[in-house]
Amino acid sequence: MITLIYDGSWNGLLTSVFEAYERKLSDALIEPEQHHQPSMFRAGLRVYTDETKAQRVWKGLKKYLAADTCLQLYAAYLSEIPDIGQTIYQYMQQVFKRQASPEGDYANAAVLRIAQVSKMVHREKHRMEAFIRFQLTQDGLYYAGIEPDFNVIPLLLKHFKNRYADQRWLIYDIKRLYGIYYDLHTVEEIEINLSEKVKAGTMYAELFHTDETLYQTLWKDYFKHVNITERKNTRLHLQHVPRRYWKYLTEKQF
Amino acid sequence: MSDRIQQKLQILADAAKYDVSCSSSGSTRKNHNKGLGDTGNGICHTYTEDGRCVSLLKILLTNVCIYDCAYCVTRKSNDIQRAAFTVQEVVDLTINFYRRNYIEGLFLSSGIFKNADYTMERLVLIAKKLRTEHKFNGYIHLKSIPGASDEIMHEAGLYADRLSINIEIPTDSGLKLLAPEKNRSDMIQPMRYLKNEIILKTEEKKLFKKAPVFAPAGQSTQMIIGAANESDKDIMLLSAAFYKNFNLKRVYYSGYVPISHDGRLPGIGSAVPMVRENRLYQTDWLLRFYGFKVDEIVNEHHPNLDLDIDPKLSWALRNLHVFPIDINKADIQQILRVPGIGLQSAQKIISARRFQKLNWEHLKKIGLAVNRAKYFITCSSNQYERRDLTEMRIKQFILSGSDSKYLKTSSQQLTLF
Repeated sequence: MITLIYDGSWNGLLTSVFEAYERKLSDALIEPEQHHQPSMFRAGLRVYTDETKAQRVWKGLKKYLAADTCLQLYAAYLSEIPDIGQTIYQYMQQVFKRQASPEGDYANAAVLRIAQVSKMVHREKHRMEAFIRFQLTQDGLYYAGIEPDFNVIPLLLKHFKNRYADQRWLIYDIKRLYGIYYDLHTVEEIEINLSEKVKAGTMYAELFHTDETLYQTLWKDYFKHVNITERKNTRLHLQHVPRRYWKYLTEKQF
Repeated sequence: MSDRIQQKLQILADAAKYDVSCSSSGSTRKNHNKGLGDTGNGICHTYTEDGRCVSLLKILLTNVCIYDCAYCVTRKSNDIQRAAFTVQEVVDLTINFYRRNYIEGLFLSSGIFKNADYTMERLVLIAKKLRTEHKFNGYIHLKSIPGASDEIMHEAGLYADRLSINIEIPTDSGLKLLAPEKNRSDMIQPMRYLKNEIILKTEEKKLFKKAPVFAPAGQSTQMIIGAANESDKDIMLLSAAFYKNFNLKRVYYSGYVPISHDGRLPGIGSAVPMVRENRLYQTDWLLRFYGFKVDEIVNEHHPNLDLDIDPKLSWALRNLHVFPIDINKADIQQILRVPGIGLQSAQKIISARRFQKLNWEHLKKIGLAVNRAKYFITCSSNQYERRDLTEMRIKQFILSGSDSKYLKTSSQQLTLF
């Protein structure tokens, strides 16, 4: 029995699946190196990410799976749940065994889990689409710092590019230390060193555009006045806007 | 200047908050000109402390009004601060809020000043300015003013995604009592015009790709609940008729929040009927998505909805003869009628049973509320409810196994005998 250890990347995971088939291992365990625990009963085998091998697996999957099902697998991977790689592998085994899409077979544990986890990730993506708050800087850049539960930035790109086509913006994941930047033409992935203060969303006042404070105040005012106090329902409020997101919500700053 | 706008925003947001409609979905407008904004499934950008979603900048253009409707805060006789935005102020607020990802778009309503057409023209002007001068492709919801002419409604449809006109009081007698200056036909007229126009324009759009979109997110309306002693039957029959005759996208139900000492209305301090409101929405959903007919849920024998259980469970208990159904064989229409099974679970069941017969374990994992559903279904297992339970007993079992989010101390009254 063998544990395949990959580097944590998507291509690494796909390469591991390739290796598992090439070595005819049907009961392999696939683990990312950051969560790997050496075991007495399982031999560990390090997998070196190889794009061609990864592409072969991906192409093979696409033969049987619809585009949105493929996206589900990728979204599940973005959850960064320690053992999700193994579940994705089990799902792929189902695909290759049946030579058909197992989509909809919710009585199968891996199929149901992928559906659920990808749903979780999409929910987080949707939350980010809602909760991102841009702040306008002096040089006309709309900046937003986020700390999503899952690594959803790759899924956000299209939405923001379509929506804010006529303004420069930067969405930066403070936990994972990378972001996406739109320069009015294309979106690119960037890594920058932001100072602690900028990260926390409290930029230096001099970095702000003069209008920024005004609109933040107006927004907070609006938020307060659109509330009907007679209907106060804290439980529902918290259910929709969990406390962990408050840090970056303008209307929740006092 | 900023103080002034701040004050205006406070007054005019306050006045607009009783309009519950906040959806920003259903439009097909795309960012086609590399401008600002895009519409899609709608996003709730935040939620107020009362738990309602904020997706649009919902404001009145002005709270000056020539009418004196008893249930409305901006009624003529009410002694409150009055304010009015200029066109440019509304445009600036919308654009700047939108750019910061605070909102999905604008929901603009207004008190009626001078006359209906004059007011409606101002609203349309703002929408036009946003669309043409600022290349704004976000969501715009305009309130139609009762009595506005067809020509202005036509222009409104060209720039807005959704139009709505509030019916406010469900019964004619209630409307006469509380808003004697308004009449039903003034409200219905713009609604009928828009309905026909929307059908026409959708046909046109099918033939000519380039034809302009016309109110792509349709129309909606709102009723105030608990202000005029109407029954749930009155409300739901009216609502069903609106869905059918005017192709409405949504009917909203707004529990009356007491705002005046007027003797015709519930006094200040009386509770907002939130549970009732919730039950009405549940019924609304049963009509639109679960294939129920309105008279199955409310009728002469049952004019009001139960407050302690949801309308689907209530229906099921009154119709125990159709249950139990076999989850592995029944068609989706039957499955949808089982309490504890929602739309998504029903679809998952249909999809999963193509691969294998489902048992309780599967159903639980799929996400059914098995504690409710178990009295009404059988599946691939020899365990099922064998006792011949009465309606009362099932209700008791279900209520004792769950706690209501509304009734904090739900002391079940014990029966003496």
